[in-house]
Amino acid sequence: MLHTKIMNQTEHPLIQTHDLRFSVNDQVIVDDVSLSLSANKIVTLIGPNGAGKTTLVKLILGLLKPTAGQIIRQSGLRIGYMPQKIQIDSSLPLSVDRFLKLAPKSSFTVTEIAELTRIGHLLSQPIYRLSGGETQRVLLARALLQKPELLVLDEPVQGVDVVGQRELYQLICQIRDELQCGVLMISHDLHLVMASTDTVVCLDKHVCCHGHPETVTSNPAYLDLFGQHQTTGVVGYTHHHNHVHDESGTDHGKCSHGDQPNA
Amino acid sequence: MPDFIITALLAGCGVAILAGPLGSFAVWRRMAYFGDTLAHSALTGIALGLILSINVNLAVIVCCLIIALLLIALQRNQTIATDTLLGILSHSTLALGLVVVGVFNRGQIDLNAYLFGDILAANTADLWIIASTIAIVLPLLIWLWKPLISITIHEELAQVEGVPVAATKVALMLMLALVIAIAMKIVGVLLITALLIIPAATSRRWVSTPEQMAVLASVIGMFSIAGGLGLSYYWDTPAGPSAVLTSSSLFLISLLRKPTA
Repeated sequence: MLHTKIMNQTEHPLIQTHDLRFSVNDQVIVDDVSLSLSANKIVTLIGPNGAGKTTLVKLILGLLKPTAGQIIRQSGLRIGYMPQKIQIDSSLPLSVDRFLKLAPKSSFTVTEIAELTRIGHLLSQPIYRLSGGETQRVLLARALLQKPELLVLDEPVQGVDVVGQRELYQLICQIRDELQCGVLMISHDLHLVMASTDTVVCLDKHVCCHGHPETVTSNPAYLDLFGQHQTTGVVGYTHHHNHVHDESGTDHGKCSHGDQPNA
Repeated sequence: MPDFIITALLAGCGVAILAGPLGSFAVWRRMAYFGDTLAHSALTGIALGLILSINVNLAVIVCCLIIALLLIALQRNQTIATDTLLGILSHSTLALGLVVVGVFNRGQIDLNAYLFGDILAANTADLWIIASTIAIVLPLLIWLWKPLISITIHEELAQVEGVPVAATKVALMLMLALVIAIAMKIVGVLLITALLIIPAATSRRWVSTPEQMAVLASVIGMFSIAGGLGLSYYWDTPAGPSAVLTSSSLFLISLLRKPTA
Protein backbone atom coordinates (compact mmCIF):
# COMPACT_ATOMS: atom_id res chain seq x y z
CA MET A 1 0.00 0.00 0.00
CA LEU A 2 1.03 3.56 -0.67
CA HIS A 3 0.63 4.38 2.99
CA THR A 4 3.09 1.71 4.05
CA LYS A 5 5.58 2.87 1.46
CA ILE A 6 5.52 6.42 2.78
CA MET A 7 6.02 5.14 6.28
CA ASN A 8 9.14 3.30 5.26
CA GLN A 9 10.84 6.39 3.87
CA THR A 10 13.11 6.89 6.81
CA GLU A 11 16.42 7.45 5.02
CA HIS A 12 16.36 11.22 5.58
CA PRO A 13 15.02 11.89 9.03
CA LEU A 14 14.15 15.51 9.80
CA ILE A 15 15.52 15.18 13.30
CA GLN A 16 17.39 12.39 15.01
CA THR A 17 18.33 12.20 18.65
CA HIS A 18 21.05 9.93 20.01
CA ASP A 19 21.10 8.93 23.67
CA LEU A 20 19.61 12.24 24.66
CA ARG A 21 19.84 12.91 28.36
CA PHE A 22 18.69 15.84 30.44
CA SER A 23 19.12 16.19 34.17
CA VAL A 24 18.67 18.94 36.73
CA ASN A 25 20.63 18.73 39.98
CA ASP A 26 21.56 15.09 39.32
CA GLN A 27 17.90 14.21 38.82
CA VAL A 28 17.48 12.56 35.46
CA ILE A 29 14.42 13.83 33.59
CA VAL A 30 15.12 12.45 30.14
CA ASP A 31 17.23 9.32 30.02
CA ASP A 32 19.09 8.17 26.90
CA VAL A 33 16.34 8.80 24.39
CA SER A 34 17.05 7.99 20.78
CA LEU A 35 14.37 8.64 18.23
CA SER A 36 13.97 9.86 14.72
CA LEU A 37 11.29 11.98 13.09
CA SER A 38 10.60 11.78 9.38
CA ALA A 39 8.52 13.65 6.87
CA ASN A 40 4.91 12.60 6.51
CA LYS A 41 4.99 10.54 9.67
CA ILE A 42 3.14 11.11 12.92
CA VAL A 43 4.97 10.15 16.09
CA THR A 44 3.06 10.32 19.36
CA LEU A 45 4.76 10.55 22.73
CA ILE A 46 2.77 9.10 25.57
CA GLY A 47 3.68 8.59 29.19
CA PRO A 48 2.55 9.36 32.73
CA ASN A 49 2.88 12.79 34.34
CA GLY A 50 6.51 13.58 35.04
CA ALA A 51 7.72 11.18 32.35
CA GLY A 52 9.69 13.96 30.69
CA LYS A 53 7.50 14.31 27.60
CA THR A 54 7.47 18.09 27.55
CA THR A 55 11.18 18.22 28.43
CA LEU A 56 12.00 15.91 25.54
CA VAL A 57 9.98 18.12 23.20
CA LYS A 58 11.80 21.21 24.47
CA LEU A 59 15.16 19.50 23.85
CA ILE A 60 14.11 18.65 20.32
CA LEU A 61 12.97 22.24 19.74
CA GLY A 62 16.29 23.55 21.07
CA LEU A 63 14.62 25.35 23.99
CA LEU A 64 16.72 23.33 26.42
CA LYS A 65 20.29 22.13 26.07
CA PRO A 66 20.82 18.40 26.59
CA THR A 67 23.10 17.29 29.42
CA ALA A 68 24.43 14.53 27.18
CA GLY A 69 23.71 12.99 23.82
CA GLN A 70 23.15 14.65 20.53
CA ILE A 71 20.45 16.02 18.26
CA ILE A 72 20.91 16.09 14.51
CA ARG A 73 18.59 18.49 12.72
CA GLN A 74 18.23 18.74 8.99
CA SER A 75 19.75 22.09 8.13
CA GLY A 76 17.28 24.94 7.69
CA LEU A 77 14.46 22.80 9.07
CA ARG A 78 11.24 24.80 9.49
CA ILE A 79 9.56 23.80 12.73
CA GLY A 80 6.01 24.78 13.66
CA TYR A 81 5.44 24.63 17.40
CA MET A 82 2.14 24.52 19.20
CA PRO A 83 2.68 25.05 22.93
CA GLN A 84 0.67 23.17 25.52
CA LYS A 85 -1.36 26.18 26.47
CA ILE A 86 -1.19 29.88 26.13
CA GLN A 87 -2.23 32.34 28.77
CA ILE A 88 -2.79 35.76 27.39
CA ASP A 89 -3.60 38.34 30.00
CA SER A 90 -6.97 39.95 29.29
CA SER A 91 -5.19 43.30 29.68
CA LEU A 92 -3.51 42.68 26.31
CA PRO A 93 -5.91 43.67 23.52
CA LEU A 94 -5.07 41.19 20.77
CA SER A 95 -7.29 39.80 18.02
CA VAL A 96 -6.81 36.34 16.57
CA ASP A 97 -5.88 37.92 13.24
CA ARG A 98 -3.16 40.01 14.89
CA PHE A 99 -1.89 37.01 16.85
CA LEU A 100 -1.48 35.05 13.62
CA LYS A 101 0.28 37.95 11.91
CA LEU A 102 3.02 37.83 14.57
CA ALA A 103 4.33 34.61 12.99
CA PRO A 104 7.63 35.15 11.17
CA LYS A 105 7.78 35.26 7.35
CA SER A 106 4.65 33.26 6.62
CA SER A 107 4.44 31.12 3.51
CA PHE A 108 0.67 31.01 3.76
CA THR A 109 -1.71 33.92 4.10
CA VAL A 110 -3.76 34.16 7.26
CA THR A 111 -6.91 33.57 5.18
CA GLU A 112 -5.54 30.32 3.73
CA ILE A 113 -4.57 28.97 7.13
CA ALA A 114 -7.82 30.15 8.71
CA GLU A 115 -9.70 28.17 6.09
CA LEU A 116 -7.62 25.04 6.65
CA THR A 117 -8.02 25.16 10.43
CA ARG A 118 -11.62 26.44 10.21
CA ILE A 119 -11.11 29.54 12.33
CA GLY A 120 -12.24 32.10 9.74
CA HIS A 121 -15.16 33.22 11.91
CA LEU A 122 -12.81 33.86 14.87
CA LEU A 123 -10.29 36.19 13.23
CA SER A 124 -11.69 39.44 14.63
CA GLN A 125 -12.28 38.01 18.14
CA PRO A 126 -10.02 38.99 21.03
CA ILE A 127 -7.86 35.97 21.72
CA TYR A 128 -8.42 35.73 25.46
CA ARG A 129 -12.14 35.14 24.91
CA LEU A 130 -11.76 31.96 22.87
CA SER A 131 -12.92 28.60 24.20
CA GLY A 132 -10.44 25.77 24.79
CA GLY A 133 -11.05 24.15 21.41
CA GLU A 134 -10.92 27.45 19.53
CA THR A 135 -7.65 28.42 21.22
CA GLN A 136 -6.07 25.11 20.23
CA ARG A 137 -7.10 25.57 16.59
CA VAL A 138 -5.72 29.13 16.59
CA LEU A 139 -2.41 27.90 18.05
CA LEU A 140 -2.31 25.19 15.40
CA ALA A 141 -2.93 27.82 12.72
CA ARG A 142 -0.01 29.90 14.04
CA ALA A 143 2.26 26.84 13.92
CA LEU A 144 1.26 26.20 10.30
CA LEU A 145 1.78 29.69 8.92
CA GLN A 146 5.41 29.25 7.96
CA LYS A 147 4.63 25.94 6.22
CA PRO A 148 6.55 23.75 8.66
CA GLU A 149 8.43 20.64 7.63
CA LEU A 150 8.04 19.41 11.19
CA LEU A 151 5.05 20.14 13.37
CA VAL A 152 5.58 19.80 17.13
CA LEU A 153 2.40 19.70 19.20
CA ASP A 154 2.44 19.61 23.00
CA GLU A 155 -0.88 18.08 24.06
CA PRO A 156 -2.84 19.58 21.19
CA VAL A 157 -6.24 18.52 22.53
CA GLN A 158 -5.82 19.94 26.02
CA GLY A 159 -9.01 21.52 27.31
CA VAL A 160 -11.03 20.24 24.36
CA ASP A 161 -14.13 18.05 24.74
CA VAL A 162 -14.10 14.51 23.39
CA VAL A 163 -15.87 15.27 20.11
CA GLY A 164 -13.58 18.24 19.58
CA GLN A 165 -10.57 16.02 20.29
CA ARG A 166 -11.52 13.64 17.48
CA GLU A 167 -11.98 16.59 15.13
CA LEU A 168 -8.63 18.06 16.07
CA TYR A 169 -6.78 14.79 15.55
CA GLN A 170 -8.46 14.39 12.18
CA LEU A 171 -7.43 17.93 11.31
CA ILE A 172 -3.81 17.16 12.26
CA CYS A 173 -3.97 14.09 10.03
CA GLN A 174 -5.38 16.12 7.17
CA ILE A 175 -2.63 18.73 7.60
CA ARG A 176 0.04 16.03 7.53
CA ASP A 177 -1.44 14.74 4.27
CA GLU A 178 -1.60 18.20 2.71
CA LEU A 179 1.76 19.56 3.83
CA GLN A 180 3.59 16.21 3.88
CA CYS A 181 5.19 17.33 7.12
CA GLY A 182 6.46 15.25 10.00
CA VAL A 183 4.48 15.48 13.22
CA LEU A 184 5.62 14.96 16.79
CA MET A 185 2.92 15.21 19.39
CA ILE A 186 2.40 14.57 23.06
CA SER A 187 -0.76 12.89 24.23
CA HIS A 188 -2.19 11.58 27.46
CA ASP A 189 -4.73 9.26 25.97
CA LEU A 190 -3.49 6.74 23.47
CA HIS A 191 -6.93 5.59 22.39
CA LEU A 192 -8.03 8.82 20.81
CA VAL A 193 -4.71 9.32 19.02
CA MET A 194 -4.32 5.76 17.95
CA ALA A 195 -6.16 6.14 14.66
CA SER A 196 -4.09 9.14 13.66
CA THR A 197 -0.59 8.08 14.57
CA ASP A 198 2.06 5.99 12.83
CA THR A 199 4.43 5.40 15.72
CA VAL A 200 3.88 5.55 19.45
CA VAL A 201 6.78 6.21 21.77
CA CYS A 202 5.99 5.28 25.33
CA LEU A 203 8.15 7.39 27.62
CA ASP A 204 8.91 7.12 31.30
CA LYS A 205 12.15 9.10 31.40
CA HIS A 206 13.59 6.45 29.06
CA VAL A 207 11.81 4.93 26.09
CA CYS A 208 9.81 2.00 27.52
CA CYS A 209 8.60 0.73 24.21
CA HIS A 210 7.79 2.08 20.80
CA GLY A 211 6.19 0.99 17.59
CA HIS A 212 2.85 0.80 15.90
CA PRO A 213 -0.02 1.79 18.26
CA GLU A 214 -1.57 -1.69 18.14
CA THR A 215 1.66 -3.41 19.11
CA VAL A 216 2.45 -0.88 21.82
CA THR A 217 -0.89 -1.39 23.57
CA SER A 218 -0.14 -5.06 23.96
CA ASN A 219 3.47 -4.51 25.07
CA PRO A 220 4.03 -5.51 28.72
CA ALA A 221 6.03 -2.29 29.36
CA TYR A 222 3.05 -0.21 28.23
CA LEU A 223 0.60 -2.20 30.33
CA ASP A 224 2.95 -1.83 33.30
CA LEU A 225 2.96 1.92 32.93
CA PHE A 226 -0.71 2.49 32.25
CA GLY A 227 -2.31 -0.55 33.82
CA GLN A 228 -5.32 -2.21 32.24
CA HIS A 229 -7.77 0.64 32.77
CA GLN A 230 -6.92 2.39 29.53
CA THR A 231 -7.74 -0.70 27.56
CA THR A 232 -11.06 -1.29 29.34
CA GLY A 233 -13.02 1.66 30.70
CA VAL A 234 -12.12 4.44 28.32
CA VAL A 235 -12.53 2.33 25.24
CA GLY A 236 -16.29 2.47 25.76
CA TYR A 237 -16.20 5.60 23.64
CA THR A 238 -14.98 4.07 20.40
CA HIS A 239 -18.23 4.24 18.46
CA HIS A 240 -17.35 5.37 14.97
CA HIS A 241 -18.85 8.36 13.28
CA ASN A 242 -18.74 8.30 9.54
CA HIS A 243 -18.79 12.09 9.48
CA VAL A 244 -18.26 14.92 11.92
CA HIS A 245 -19.90 18.28 12.34
CA ASP A 246 -17.92 21.35 13.23
CA GLU A 247 -19.37 24.52 14.67
CA SER A 248 -20.42 25.85 11.28
CA GLY A 249 -22.42 22.69 10.66
CA THR A 250 -20.44 21.59 7.62
CA ASP A 251 -19.50 17.95 7.12
CA HIS A 252 -15.86 17.09 6.89
CA GLY A 253 -14.54 13.90 5.45
CA LYS A 254 -12.87 11.41 7.69
CA CYS A 255 -9.17 11.35 8.14
CA SER A 256 -7.69 9.20 5.42
CA HIS A 257 -6.03 6.85 7.90
CA GLY A 258 -8.69 7.24 10.50
CA ASP A 259 -10.32 3.89 10.67
CA GLN A 260 -7.55 1.51 9.78
CA PRO A 261 -4.86 1.57 12.42
CA ASN A 262 -3.88 -1.89 11.17
CA ALA A 263 -3.45 -0.87 7.54
CA MET B 1 1.27 80.85 33.15
CA PRO B 2 4.66 81.02 34.83
CA ASP B 3 7.69 79.50 33.10
CA PHE B 4 8.29 76.88 35.75
CA ILE B 5 4.83 75.41 35.11
CA ILE B 6 5.59 75.16 31.38
CA THR B 7 8.90 73.42 32.11
CA ALA B 8 7.19 71.06 34.54
CA LEU B 9 4.47 70.28 32.00
CA LEU B 10 7.03 69.57 29.27
CA ALA B 11 9.05 67.34 31.60
CA GLY B 12 5.94 65.44 32.71
CA CYS B 13 4.64 64.98 29.18
CA GLY B 14 8.06 63.79 28.05
CA VAL B 15 8.06 61.10 30.70
CA ALA B 16 4.45 60.19 29.85
CA ILE B 17 5.39 59.57 26.20
CA LEU B 18 7.63 56.70 27.33
CA ALA B 19 5.60 55.65 30.36
CA GLY B 20 2.59 54.85 28.13
CA PRO B 21 4.06 51.99 26.07
CA LEU B 22 6.44 50.74 28.79
CA GLY B 23 3.66 50.89 31.36
CA SER B 24 1.51 48.84 28.98
CA PHE B 25 4.21 46.17 28.93
CA ALA B 26 4.39 46.33 32.72
CA VAL B 27 0.63 45.63 32.81
CA TRP B 28 0.64 42.91 30.13
CA ARG B 29 3.65 41.13 31.65
CA ARG B 30 2.53 41.70 35.25
CA MET B 31 5.68 43.58 36.11
CA ALA B 32 4.24 46.12 38.55
CA TYR B 33 6.32 44.77 41.41
CA PHE B 34 9.37 44.75 39.18
CA GLY B 35 8.81 48.45 38.51
CA ASP B 36 8.60 49.10 42.25
CA THR B 37 11.89 47.36 42.83
CA LEU B 38 13.63 49.39 40.16
CA ALA B 39 12.11 52.58 41.52
CA HIS B 40 13.19 51.86 45.07
CA SER B 41 16.68 51.03 43.92
CA ALA B 42 16.84 54.53 42.47
CA LEU B 43 17.12 55.77 46.05
CA THR B 44 20.26 53.70 46.47
CA GLY B 45 21.47 55.49 43.37
CA ILE B 46 20.92 58.83 45.06
CA ALA B 47 22.86 57.59 48.08
CA LEU B 48 25.72 56.47 45.84
CA GLY B 49 25.71 59.85 44.15
CA LEU B 50 26.05 61.49 47.56
CA ILE B 51 28.87 59.28 48.82
CA LEU B 52 30.86 59.42 45.59
CA SER B 53 29.99 63.09 45.01
CA ILE B 54 28.94 62.43 41.43
CA ASN B 55 25.94 63.74 39.53
CA VAL B 56 22.85 62.32 41.26
CA ASN B 57 20.88 61.86 38.01
CA LEU B 58 23.71 59.87 36.50
CA ALA B 59 24.10 57.77 39.67
CA VAL B 60 20.39 56.96 39.64
CA ILE B 61 20.42 55.89 35.97
CA VAL B 62 23.48 53.69 36.49
CA CYS B 63 22.04 52.18 39.65
CA CYS B 64 18.67 51.35 37.99
CA LEU B 65 20.46 49.72 35.05
CA ILE B 66 22.65 47.63 37.37
CA ILE B 67 19.67 46.48 39.45
CA ALA B 68 17.76 45.59 36.26
CA LEU B 69 20.65 43.42 35.07
CA LEU B 70 21.02 41.88 38.52
CA LEU B 71 17.32 40.99 38.56
CA ILE B 72 17.56 39.31 35.17
CA ALA B 73 20.56 37.26 36.34
CA LEU B 74 18.87 36.27 39.60
CA GLN B 75 15.62 35.34 37.86
CA ARG B 76 17.45 33.05 35.47
CA ASN B 77 19.20 31.25 38.30
CA GLN B 78 16.04 30.74 40.26
CA THR B 79 16.17 29.34 43.78
CA ILE B 80 13.50 31.56 45.35
CA ALA B 81 10.20 32.76 43.94
CA THR B 82 10.39 35.93 41.85
CA ASP B 83 8.01 37.95 44.00
CA THR B 84 9.95 37.08 47.16
CA LEU B 85 13.17 38.07 45.45
CA LEU B 86 11.65 41.35 44.30
CA GLY B 87 10.29 42.00 47.78
CA ILE B 88 13.73 41.52 49.31
CA LEU B 89 15.55 43.67 46.76
CA SER B 90 12.88 46.34 46.64
CA HIS B 91 12.82 47.08 50.33
CA SER B 92 16.51 46.48 50.94
CA THR B 93 17.48 49.02 48.30
CA LEU B 94 14.93 51.50 49.66
CA ALA B 95 16.19 51.04 53.21
CA LEU B 96 19.83 51.24 52.12
CA GLY B 97 19.09 54.47 50.29
CA LEU B 98 17.31 55.98 53.31
CA VAL B 99 20.10 55.01 55.73
CA VAL B 100 22.92 56.29 53.54
CA VAL B 101 21.12 59.52 52.74
CA GLY B 102 20.36 59.94 56.46
CA VAL B 103 24.03 59.56 57.39
CA PHE B 104 25.72 61.43 54.55
CA ASN B 105 23.19 64.14 53.77
CA ARG B 106 24.47 67.52 54.94
CA GLY B 107 21.65 69.43 53.38
CA GLN B 108 22.74 68.88 49.76
CA ILE B 109 19.54 67.06 48.85
CA ASP B 110 15.92 67.16 49.87
CA LEU B 111 14.89 63.55 50.52
CA ASN B 112 11.20 64.33 50.16
CA ALA B 113 11.76 65.59 46.65
CA TYR B 114 13.13 62.18 45.70
CA LEU B 115 10.52 60.16 47.57
CA PHE B 116 7.48 62.05 46.31
CA GLY B 117 8.83 63.95 43.32
CA ASP B 118 9.40 67.62 42.71
CA ILE B 119 8.15 68.28 39.23
CA LEU B 120 7.89 72.02 39.85
CA ALA B 121 11.66 72.16 40.38
CA ALA B 122 12.33 70.65 36.93
CA ASN B 123 14.81 72.77 34.99
CA THR B 124 16.20 72.99 31.48
CA ALA B 125 18.89 70.41 32.28
CA ASP B 126 16.17 67.94 33.28
CA LEU B 127 14.34 68.63 30.02
CA TRP B 128 17.52 67.78 28.11
CA ILE B 129 17.94 64.51 30.00
CA ILE B 130 14.30 63.60 29.33
CA ALA B 131 14.58 64.55 25.65
CA SER B 132 17.73 62.44 25.21
CA THR B 133 16.10 59.48 26.91
CA ILE B 134 13.15 59.76 24.55
CA ALA B 135 15.56 59.96 21.61
CA ILE B 136 17.17 56.69 22.72
CA VAL B 137 14.21 54.70 24.02
CA LEU B 138 11.41 55.56 21.57
CA PRO B 139 13.16 54.36 18.36
CA LEU B 140 14.37 51.26 20.21
CA LEU B 141 10.85 50.56 21.39
CA ILE B 142 9.43 50.90 17.88
CA TRP B 143 12.18 48.72 16.44
CA LEU B 144 11.64 45.99 19.04
CA TRP B 145 7.85 46.29 19.12
CA LYS B 146 6.97 43.05 17.33
CA PRO B 147 9.43 40.80 19.22
CA LEU B 148 8.36 42.46 22.48
CA ILE B 149 4.72 41.61 21.78
CA SER B 150 5.76 38.08 20.78
CA ILE B 151 7.64 37.37 24.00
CA THR B 152 4.77 38.86 26.00
CA ILE B 153 2.39 36.31 24.48
CA HIS B 154 4.56 33.20 24.80
CA GLU B 155 8.31 33.20 25.32
CA GLU B 156 8.96 29.67 24.10
CA LEU B 157 6.82 30.07 21.00
CA ALA B 158 8.74 33.26 20.26
CA GLN B 159 12.06 31.43 20.77
CA VAL B 160 11.10 28.61 18.39
CA GLU B 161 10.06 31.25 15.84
CA GLY B 162 13.53 32.76 16.04
CA VAL B 163 13.01 35.77 18.33
CA PRO B 164 16.12 36.46 20.46
CA VAL B 165 14.07 36.19 23.66
CA ALA B 166 16.80 36.81 26.26
CA ALA B 167 18.16 39.89 24.48
CA THR B 168 14.68 41.33 23.96
CA LYS B 169 13.86 40.87 27.65
CA VAL B 170 17.08 42.58 28.69
CA ALA B 171 16.27 45.48 26.34
CA LEU B 172 12.80 45.84 27.88
CA MET B 173 14.18 45.85 31.44
CA LEU B 174 16.84 48.42 30.55
CA MET B 175 14.32 50.70 28.85
CA LEU B 176 12.07 50.41 31.88
CA ALA B 177 15.00 51.19 34.19
CA LEU B 178 15.88 54.30 32.15
CA VAL B 179 12.32 55.60 32.22
CA ILE B 180 12.03 55.00 35.95
CA ALA B 181 15.27 56.86 36.50
CA ILE B 182 13.99 59.96 34.70
CA ALA B 183 10.45 59.69 36.08
CA MET B 184 11.80 59.84 39.63
CA LYS B 185 12.17 63.58 39.35
CA ILE B 186 8.52 63.94 38.39
CA VAL B 187 6.58 61.75 40.81
CA GLY B 188 9.24 60.40 43.14
CA VAL B 189 10.49 56.94 44.01
CA LEU B 190 7.33 55.84 45.80
CA LEU B 191 4.88 56.83 43.09
CA ILE B 192 6.64 55.98 39.83
CA THR B 193 4.90 52.64 39.35
CA ALA B 194 1.56 54.46 39.53
CA LEU B 195 2.54 56.62 36.55
CA LEU B 196 3.44 53.46 34.61
CA ILE B 197 0.55 51.20 35.56
CA ILE B 198 -2.51 53.42 36.04
CA PRO B 199 -2.65 55.18 32.64
CA ALA B 200 -2.08 51.83 30.88
CA ALA B 201 -4.82 50.12 32.91
CA THR B 202 -7.12 53.09 32.26
CA SER B 203 -6.69 52.98 28.50
CA ARG B 204 -7.50 49.25 28.29
CA ARG B 205 -11.26 49.68 28.02
CA TRP B 206 -11.09 52.00 25.05
CA VAL B 207 -8.74 50.06 22.79
CA SER B 208 -8.58 46.90 20.71
CA THR B 209 -4.91 46.72 19.68
CA PRO B 210 -1.66 46.87 21.68
CA GLU B 211 -0.57 50.01 19.78
CA GLN B 212 -3.76 51.89 20.58
CA MET B 213 -3.31 50.98 24.22
CA ALA B 214 0.28 52.23 24.30
CA VAL B 215 -0.57 55.56 22.64
CA LEU B 216 -3.73 56.16 24.68
CA ALA B 217 -1.79 55.36 27.88
CA SER B 218 0.69 58.12 26.95
CA VAL B 219 -2.13 60.58 26.35
CA ILE B 220 -3.82 59.69 29.65
CA GLY B 221 -0.44 60.06 31.36
CA MET B 222 -0.09 63.58 29.92
CA PHE B 223 -3.60 64.50 31.08
CA SER B 224 -2.74 63.22 34.55
CA ILE B 225 0.40 65.35 34.69
CA ALA B 226 -1.51 68.41 33.51
CA GLY B 227 -4.26 67.70 36.06
CA GLY B 228 -1.70 67.31 38.84
CA LEU B 229 0.00 70.57 37.91
CA GLY B 230 -3.38 72.32 37.77
CA LEU B 231 -4.33 71.08 41.22
CA SER B 232 -0.93 72.08 42.52
CA TYR B 233 -1.11 75.56 40.95
CA TYR B 234 -4.61 76.46 42.13
CA TRP B 235 -4.89 74.61 45.43
CA ASP B 236 -1.25 74.28 46.37
CA THR B 237 -1.32 70.47 46.59
CA PRO B 238 1.91 68.45 46.06
CA ALA B 239 2.18 68.08 42.27
CA GLY B 240 3.43 64.46 41.92
CA PRO B 241 0.82 62.87 44.18
CA SER B 242 -1.86 65.07 42.57
CA ALA B 243 -0.89 63.72 39.13
CA VAL B 244 -1.20 60.16 40.46
CA LEU B 245 -4.62 60.97 41.94
CA THR B 246 -5.75 62.48 38.64
CA SER B 247 -4.85 59.27 36.84
CA SER B 248 -6.57 57.15 39.52
CA SER B 249 -9.73 59.22 39.01
CA LEU B 250 -9.52 58.67 35.25
CA PHE B 251 -9.13 54.96 35.97
CA LEU B 252 -12.27 54.94 38.09
CA ILE B 253 -14.16 56.71 35.32
CA SER B 254 -12.90 54.11 32.81
CA LEU B 255 -14.51 51.38 34.91
CA LEU B 256 -17.91 52.80 34.00
CA ARG B 257 -17.29 51.84 30.42
CA LYS B 258 -18.04 48.29 29.29
CA PRO B 259 -14.92 46.53 28.01
CA THR B 260 -14.91 46.37 24.22
CA ALA B 261 -12.30 43.88 23.11
